[in-house]
Amino acid sequence: MSPHFMGYVAYGGLFLALALISGVACLGLNLQWGQTGVFNVGVAGFVGLGAYTSALVTTLPVAGRLGGWGWPVAAGWLAAMGVAAAACALVGAASLRLRADYLAITTFGVAVTVLLIARNTQWLTGGPLGISFIPRPFEVLAPHPASFALATLGLVGAVVAAVFVALQRLVQSPWGRVLRAIREDERAACALGKNAARYRLQAFAIGGALMGLAGAMQAHVIGFIAPDNFEASLTFQIWTMLIIGGSGNNVGALVGAVLVSAIWSVTGLATGMWFAPEDQARAAALRIVAIGVLLAATIVLRPRGLCGERLAVSRHVGRAG
Amino acid sequence: MTLQFLADGLIAGATIGLGAVGVTLTYSILRFANFAHGEFISLGCYLTLLVAGAIGAAAVSSVDAIGSLSFGWNVIAAALAAMSLTGLAAWGLDAVLFRPLRNRGASITAVIASFGASLALRAAIEVLFSGRQVSLSQDLQIAMPIGAGVRVTADQIALIGVAAVAVGVTHLGLTRTRLGRSMRAVSENPTLARVVGVDVAGVIRLTWIIGGALACAAGVMLGLVVQIRPSMGAELLLSLFAAAILGGIGSVPGALLGGLIVGLAEALGVQWIGAEWRAAMAFLVLIAVLLVRPRGLFGRTA
Repeated sequence: MSPHFMGYVAYGGLFLALALISGVACLGLNLQWGQTGVFNVGVAGFVGLGAYTSALVTTLPVAGRLGGWGWPVAAGWLAAMGVAAAACALVGAASLRLRADYLAITTFGVAVTVLLIARNTQWLTGGPLGISFIPRPFEVLAPHPASFALATLGLVGAVVAAVFVALQRLVQSPWGRVLRAIREDERAACALGKNAARYRLQAFAIGGALMGLAGAMQAHVIGFIAPDNFEASLTFQIWTMLIIGGSGNNVGALVGAVLVSAIWSVTGLATGMWFAPEDQARAAALRIVAIGVLLAATIVLRPRGLCGERLAVSRHVGRAG
Repeated sequence: MTLQFLADGLIAGATIGLGAVGVTLTYSILRFANFAHGEFISLGCYLTLLVAGAIGAAAVSSVDAIGSLSFGWNVIAAALAAMSLTGLAAWGLDAVLFRPLRNRGASITAVIASFGASLALRAAIEVLFSGRQVSLSQDLQIAMPIGAGVRVTADQIALIGVAAVAVGVTHLGLTRTRLGRSMRAVSENPTLARVVGVDVAGVIRLTWIIGGALACAAGVMLGLVVQIRPSMGAELLLSLFAAAILGGIGSVPGALLGGLIVGLAEALGVQWIGAEWRAAMAFLVLIAVLLVRPRGLFGRTA
């Protein structure tokens, strides 16, 4: 094998691993918005919570910073899911019973606050410099980038597959049916004796746990996190993935994740080549404009996305639409 | 503890209040939380800067600052022109993005569309005006002591007056004129309003223009008192929402009062905890309102 080829394998493997990790956050958003109609504009905040939680408990001790307990990576991921889900439950308890937009505003506030904490609490989050030396699951393979990338991709792929299967079963279960009933007509669902607020809260918390998991996985694949990774543009990317892929469809969420990640990488390479170094900041802004226009155009022109939702009452009866 | 936070909070609060009026009007009449409203603030400020620069370049004699203020008549003229331009821009955004969604009855997706528009607009402003350190004022101002250890600049006093007048005029317009009554009718019940012959499209146009113009005014205030940068509006967004919900969705005086309270809370936070936590104070106010009185001070029960 030529070293050139191995370089492509390493790049492609890590690219796909990171794209699938955004896919996990996108699956979480799909459960919240696509299935339940719960509005989360603070995705980056919950992803960030997960990333910082796992980083804190799994790294080795650092003077002047909390955490550093050297937990195993898997325990860090579970902790990340727990913390993000708990944050969702708290926020949801305060605002899910109110108008739909209030949850959007509150989650936006969560994202702003998480970012503030990440930037300003040196003792907890390492401040603007972030946290480095986060254990990577296949650190021993690091001298061979291609093997490292493929092993990482294998692990990420396995987790994504497990999450995907679990979600498919959940949305096809009676529980998932209630979620869609609430989304379509809350009053009718309530009339059938379903406690809409409780179902919403559950879906919101499970979706949040997946966002936390995505953050933790990203932290452990890259080995380093900083506040800038969790800016509002991350929320925006995850939303774009879901809308372009097709809201309400788990396959669409993953397709959208890979596609938008690819567009993001290609435009990144392109601006890197075409713009002079002093114009790079402007070029980065131009990429966001492009993705924003793409999102707006999809919402207006093709609201169901690439893989629209397949409406079905239950897998036991014929397709309804 | 000094009382300086009162002055700082009132000035920041007046800015927040001006912006929150647009948020509260869009929310009550078009029924969605517009996340792009912060960008109207930045856009307004940059447009003012452009027009003021053009006037300064075209003027025969150099433009001097007025009295003890830090800016000249060109800034005032530019702000008025930019207010209409920002209003039109807001209406234009509605025409390309939000109206198609409304026609499809997908009002809730408008929120995420506005979120996307917000990032795209901010990035566009960054591309167009990036990096340059810019300012509307011509010279540094010395803050004058006004007693009790509180200091303010002449600009700040003038701007509080302007904000109060702008909100007062908007409130009178909404409560005393025919158009204002139409706006409130649409906010109460759009279908019924249409049936009795209210021009709903006109009301929506007016909503965007008023919201955009007041956002521009807030942007000019922010640009004169704090700093001009592409993210200036976005950084204020959480405060705008907190103020609009605290005041009660749909209430213009409520938005101003909510803005003043949020501004004071933020100034207190800055004095006690540190300037970096300003936005977190707005978040605390928001959560407190949602827990204690979700309909806000002057809001109707849903």
